[in-house]
Amino acid sequence: MNSYSIEVENLTKKFGEFTAVDNISFKVAKGEIFGFLGANGAGKTTAMRMLTGLSKPTSGQGTVAGFNVIRDHEKIKTRIGYMSQKFSLYEDLTVRQNIRLFGGIYGLSNQEIREKSETILHDLRLSEVSSKLVAALPLGWKQRLAFAISMIHDPDIVFLDEPTGGVDPFVRRQFWEAIYEAAGHGRTIFVTTHYLDEAEYCDRVSIMVSGRIEALDTPTNLKKQFNASTMDNVFVKLVR
Amino acid sequence: MNMIKVFWAFIQKEVYHILRDRRTLLILFGMPIAQVLIFGFAVTNEFKNANIDILDHAKDQTSQKLIRHVTSSGHFKINRMLLAEHEMESGFKSGKTDLIMVIPADFSKDLYTWDQAEIQLIADGSDPNMANALEQYAKAMINGFLFQEFKQSAKPYLIGIETRMLYNPLLESAYNFIPGTIALILLIISAMMTSLTIAREKEQGTMEILLVSPLPPLLIILGKVAPYAILSFIDAVLILIMGYFIFDVPVTGSVILLLLLCMVYVITALSLGTLISTTSETQQDAMMKSLIGLLMPSTLLSGFIFPLTSMPEILQYIGHIIPATYFIEILKGVMLRGVGIEYILFEVGMLLFMIVAFLTLTWKKFKIRLE
Repeated sequence: MNSYSIEVENLTKKFGEFTAVDNISFKVAKGEIFGFLGANGAGKTTAMRMLTGLSKPTSGQGTVAGFNVIRDHEKIKTRIGYMSQKFSLYEDLTVRQNIRLFGGIYGLSNQEIREKSETILHDLRLSEVSSKLVAALPLGWKQRLAFAISMIHDPDIVFLDEPTGGVDPFVRRQFWEAIYEAAGHGRTIFVTTHYLDEAEYCDRVSIMVSGRIEALDTPTNLKKQFNASTMDNVFVKLVR
Repeated sequence: MNMIKVFWAFIQKEVYHILRDRRTLLILFGMPIAQVLIFGFAVTNEFKNANIDILDHAKDQTSQKLIRHVTSSGHFKINRMLLAEHEMESGFKSGKTDLIMVIPADFSKDLYTWDQAEIQLIADGSDPNMANALEQYAKAMINGFLFQEFKQSAKPYLIGIETRMLYNPLLESAYNFIPGTIALILLIISAMMTSLTIAREKEQGTMEILLVSPLPPLLIILGKVAPYAILSFIDAVLILIMGYFIFDVPVTGSVILLLLLCMVYVITALSLGTLISTTSETQQDAMMKSLIGLLMPSTLLSGFIFPLTSMPEILQYIGHIIPATYFIEILKGVMLRGVGIEYILFEVGMLLFMIVAFLTLTWKKFKIRLE
């Protein structure tokens, strides 16, 4: 096994004449927090769909969690977790039922599901509301629960699609603590965000502009390279 | 991975969704019951105590006899005795009069000397269905009167016509609307509810999560569809039972065949529902498509309310691509005429063909989405 969880080379996706993702190449190390930035319509979502096995690349090569993105996309799905900004739990199910459902979908045994449920409820201090509908929880709690559930099957990589959209700064901070904790356990985190201050929390950041990756480095190096004081300035310089 | 266990977890979730959502439950069980009862008790072409105005120019024994005969049935009640022509219209205008019968002055002379007399019936044409029905009834009553008169005087050249309505001797409207309601309800529940529930997953973003999970797409669709298939089937049985016990609609043919064919139709509707859902991103979208694309044509063009054969050709063609058209034929065949499968092979074949067509289209759409 190599030490990278994601490795892609010249990955391209075309929809007819339109090239949504244009020859992107990068590597993400195990346990790394990788920020995936770009303006709306820059191709982030399409790229992410290819990495998560939802969309077949037009050309290029790559492996995710050790599996080929073209041949073994079904196997990739068993080794990754996914959470999106569009809230990813069922609001009309209780907290416990949501945990059970996703445990079941990822093929955990009943015993494993019971253990996982207890761990998650305990870690997030949700034991008291475990039989409440998810709809009744505050947004911040829901998002942390969704994050925990996306890791119920101990995936190698977790894809987070704008996970902190719409929550207040305090909850965002809490959420990033949870991300650090997950990365600390050796999980790779692949995260997109619109909040550029969050980019500073990442180990490395890539910035997509019109289907291409225009910059990729640590936040410190990027700021140096673009002679900018914040990631915000880096982004504005690139996108404009 | 044990797919049966995974599938079960998924089905459980669907059951929670359905049980938690009161509106869904109401549509699933309230609607069929309400629709059957409304069709059964409210929508009927029969009438009682229609208001009839009579303008009797003859004013003799024969005309009195005729009037008594017409009103004796309980269908007509004398509203006013008119004295002159100019009084006629005001009754229609105020809505108090349903029908006017005019008896000419020479009525009895014409009748007994020439064997032919004329009676004028005037009905309110602004409600054609009602006007027609009233006219038919009044005619029947008048004919009955003539028959009675001439039997006594033994006049010749009278032809007695005896009609018999096969398979529905009393012309009960329930015989028509029970099959029609089953076809509509199963369509609404199977097609509309499945397209809604799949669209809801897309709208909420949970479809994305399911697609990223190792669940095969086919299992996702099956898992969404299976609970509704079972519920639709329960509804079909419920309507049949209501039809049998409340409205005396029999099942003359094989019950097993009937239930099997219900299942075929449910699958047709479900595959149509999944097709709709692949083309809609939101619940509202799916709802509009189901209502306009499915419910309206199925109600109006399936032969449920208006006979297909009397429609313009173009509408007949549309009627023949609607699954409900064939299913209503199947239901009437098995329930009322008591036929076996050999008489409805064409209709069953059409439903099976539609299943294959809808599923092929759905699969194509689905693949395009993934690529």
